Amino acid sequence: MIAWLYGIAFVILAPLLGGLVAGIDRRVTARMQGRVGPPILQSFYDVGKLFEKERAYVRASQNFYILGYLIFIAFSGALFFAGGDLLLVIFALTLSHIFLVIGAYSVTSPYALIGAERELIQLMAVEPMIILVSVGFYLASGSFYVSEIAAYGGPLILLLPGVFIGFFYALTMKLRKSPFDIATCHHAHQEIVKGVTTEFSGSTLGMVEIAHWYEAVLLIGITWLFFAWNPLVAVVAVALVYLAEIFIDNTTARAKWGFALGSIWLVTLVSTVANLAVFYIGGMA
Amino acid sequence: MSLELLLFLILFPLLTAVLCLVLPDHPIRRWVIRVSGVLIGAGAVYLLVTSYDSGMRLIDVPHEPVGMIMQVIVLAIALLVLYLGVRYRKPLAVGLILVQTALVQYFEFQYAPGLAMEANLFVDEFSIIMALIIGVIGSLICIYAISYMRCYHEHHPEIEDRRRSFFFIMFVFLSAMFGIVFSNNLLWFFFFWEVTTLASFLLIGYTRTEEATNNAFLALHMNLLGGIGFALALLYIGVTGAPLGLDRLVEGGAAVALVPAVLIAFAGLTKSAQLPFSSWLLGAMVAPTPVSALLHSSTMVKAGVYAIIKFAPVLSGTVPGLMVALVGGTTFFLASAMAITQSNAKRMLAYSTIANLGLVVACGGIGTYEAVWAAILLIVFHAVAKSLLFLSVGTVEHQIHSRDIEDMDGLIVKMPRVAAMILIGITGMFLAPFGMLISKWASLRAFIDAPGGLVFVLLIAFGSGVTLFFWAKWLGRLITRPLDEENIEGRVKTEEISVLFALSALVIGVCLLFPRIAHSLVEPYVLSIYGMVTQLGQDNEIIMILMLAMILVLPLTMLYFGNGRDRRKLDVYMSGRATTPDMHFKGSAGIDRQLSLHNYYLEGYFGEGKLMRIGVAVSVLLVLTMLELIVVPGVLA
Amino acid sequence: MAYMKRSPWIIHYDGSSCNGCDIEVLACLTPLYDVERFGIINTGNPKHADIFVVTGSVNEQGRQVIRNIYDQMPEPKVVAAFGICACSGGIFRECYNVDGGIDQVIPVDVYIPGCPVRPEQIIDGIVRALGVLEEKLAKMKEDGR
Repeated sequence: MIAWLYGIAFVILAPLLGGLVAGIDRRVTARMQGRVGPPILQSFYDVGKLFEKERAYVRASQNFYILGYLIFIAFSGALFFAGGDLLLVIFALTLSHIFLVIGAYSVTSPYALIGAERELIQLMAVEPMIILVSVGFYLASGSFYVSEIAAYGGPLILLLPGVFIGFFYALTMKLRKSPFDIATCHHAHQEIVKGVTTEFSGSTLGMVEIAHWYEAVLLIGITWLFFAWNPLVAVVAVALVYLAEIFIDNTTARAKWGFALGSIWLVTLVSTVANLAVFYIGGMA
Repeated sequence: MSLELLLFLILFPLLTAVLCLVLPDHPIRRWVIRVSGVLIGAGAVYLLVTSYDSGMRLIDVPHEPVGMIMQVIVLAIALLVLYLGVRYRKPLAVGLILVQTALVQYFEFQYAPGLAMEANLFVDEFSIIMALIIGVIGSLICIYAISYMRCYHEHHPEIEDRRRSFFFIMFVFLSAMFGIVFSNNLLWFFFFWEVTTLASFLLIGYTRTEEATNNAFLALHMNLLGGIGFALALLYIGVTGAPLGLDRLVEGGAAVALVPAVLIAFAGLTKSAQLPFSSWLLGAMVAPTPVSALLHSSTMVKAGVYAIIKFAPVLSGTVPGLMVALVGGTTFFLASAMAITQSNAKRMLAYSTIANLGLVVACGGIGTYEAVWAAILLIVFHAVAKSLLFLSVGTVEHQIHSRDIEDMDGLIVKMPRVAAMILIGITGMFLAPFGMLISKWASLRAFIDAPGGLVFVLLIAFGSGVTLFFWAKWLGRLITRPLDEENIEGRVKTEEISVLFALSALVIGVCLLFPRIAHSLVEPYVLSIYGMVTQLGQDNEIIMILMLAMILVLPLTMLYFGNGRDRRKLDVYMSGRATTPDMHFKGSAGIDRQLSLHNYYLEGYFGEGKLMRIGVAVSVLLVLTMLELIVVPGVLA
Repeated sequence: MAYMKRSPWIIHYDGSSCNGCDIEVLACLTPLYDVERFGIINTGNPKHADIFVVTGSVNEQGRQVIRNIYDQMPEPKVVAAFGICACSGGIFRECYNVDGGIDQVIPVDVYIPGCPVRPEQIIDGIVRALGVLEEKLAKMKEDGR
């Protein structure tokens, strides 16, 4: 019962936290560039505005897909924070992104199409790593359930350093950070118009933004699991990880998709094999 | 009671087959097919209702005179293949059939009389599942074929109309498949196995074009090679005196049954088109669509994996078993990757079939109770979704005269119902609350706990990523609509649409009923063999159903968004260029151009030729190792 | 509500400018002026934009494009003509290929002359545009849209 409350709490609170994180992100980015930067609450202003705008559409069905995106991303996050099965969380997350991609396809726009294809490449690039993260957690803690992984008691990061490195590498893409922001990114100017979201306006775009917030919180949650044995360490670690991602975002230029896909797969393979093989060799001995 | 029912399921399709052969093209024949289809399906369902809770039951049928008849038919098949091999100048086929026949006849005369058989037929939960797949999906495909084939011959006047023999072979195929899943006597099993080989050969070569003939012989070569493996297994049983009954042989475990299990698994690899042998299934695309649907979903390839899963307890934990699993795992990843580069819908589906069967084979080779549990569910979900996809593509092909995925844009407008059903089929193949994904999830769990499972975990993790890509881009293509298309769905025959509806309902129904199927059929079977069983966990099942419900309810929001009331319609952004509704715009120098959108195929990364070479090399190595592992110790001993 | 004012997103179109004004517009994004302080983002996409910033005069080739971008922006939206060319055609007004200011094609809400227009002026112009944006939003709500 408590678990479900956590899930519901996520659905309500994650946008607040996610929006805040997005605001801090922009502020920190600005400071790194020697600018003042927008207010911390800027992301909320943006989304608030988007919902004030006219309800216009390119294809009537687009809102349906984007709503699906939002609902399933919230669902997967809720499942995560309710302590559910990590693999199921990942599958629900994938489902939600498919909704986004289909939404971009449905508008039949050249720019949205390129964004959709790139979003798919992004999914394909990251999916193995995300699955292997959950496999790593399972091998280390003996359970796929987030609740049990979180309650493991030991520092999982020490058991899964390789997996963490791979996850960190893939996280750059998941958070839509340069150099792997190939589908769409928060900063314009290194964009093919606006990728997946090109044809979405007003409340549709607002839903996409909120979905990003949910996803960011979910990803922070997964990062947290590596450090969950000590909340204080976890807070610091998560903050550092996020800061590092912002730093990478600001110091790199966008990579070509081929490099993004290839390098993420390579890092995934090397880092996880080196790490997880230990469990199998250890298990046999 | 069960005996009569099993005999009905095996023999009734045969009766229908004969009727199809003798009746002319007349409504009577069509009605015979329809009624028989319904009866066969009903028979399978009746089998489920009457025996789902009675576990494994052996059924004694006297070996004679059935054995005698089989013997005659086997020889007739051999003669037919021999004749065709000579006529089309295929020395390889001639050689293979001669070797195989010699082996089988030697076994028949030398050993068969000495081997006691307690029961020739059996039924357990797994065969009930298989019977349902064959009976329900197979029959639906046959019913679909009635109007499809008529349409087919209207479109292709150059092809000789041999529908009589077409339906004859289709129903013989069903009969043989029932035979395979109910046979306890391995000799019977082999007989039906060979019938499916011949039937697929004849169906692939239906059009009698040069390409079709060559591809048919390709399939024949590979399956005869597998058949030789099977015959060697029989011979080994004869020489060592191992039990000829499937139940006793598997109970004997690796000590007794490893060699025949590996040989039959080899036969299974050929039949289920695993990697060095994948090309025959790709070549089989030349046949009319119902044939592809039948081969891919409910028969043929499923016979291969059925055999492997039956022997999974024997293979489990052995090195040859690991080799089988590795072949499957490699096939899963590489075939999925190759599917990315395909724009021909049928070819893409073929690669996806090969990939998914690879996963089943990997589960079978691992052979733990968790793996077998996952494998059976994979078979079920794959059968329903894949048959739906194949038949839908067939229907689309007849209307838009192309099976290219790139030509299917706007299908959601042109043929909304068919497109929706393809959507259901695609989502059924790879998305979260649907069956295939549940099964993949289960197999991932099975692999993690298996020794050396890391390799399989990696293959499945990367394979899933790739799978996602090629399904989603097809999904997107259906929804994209660059033109103001007109609805041409009215041209589709009602019967075809009804079959597609039935299959779509099955895809969704099987997902909704998945916990029930798992609890009532799969788990008792796994329990009876391993004494242990796995479950997804009730809360996860509830979440799955919840997600499915959400997906099913979500389209209702279209009512709110769909009408576009109080909303303004914006044009697509074309860098400021004004664009007409059918996406014409003024290009440079004022030339009128039309927008055309195409998917990524990533040929540079996932090129078919490159990956195929790697795959064949790796899998040949694995298969040879697997065979050596049983041959060398035998020679040394 | 006040969100509209705090998050003006821009699309910038160069009609047939000499690029002087364009450089100044981009200069606003640099650390010195940092318009992102005010939540201003240069989107490059009409579907996301609230303010249509045009530099340079209108010529025959550009007419359709300006119209198209304007049409694709969701309401409420404001057009700001930056630089004297965008306001009236400027020194190119009499050219055979120039039609004049942006208001020849679409309704302009804010005129900011200058050659080139200075970043301070640009920021000032956008702030003025925000006022218009608010008005339009209020009107839109009145109309019940």
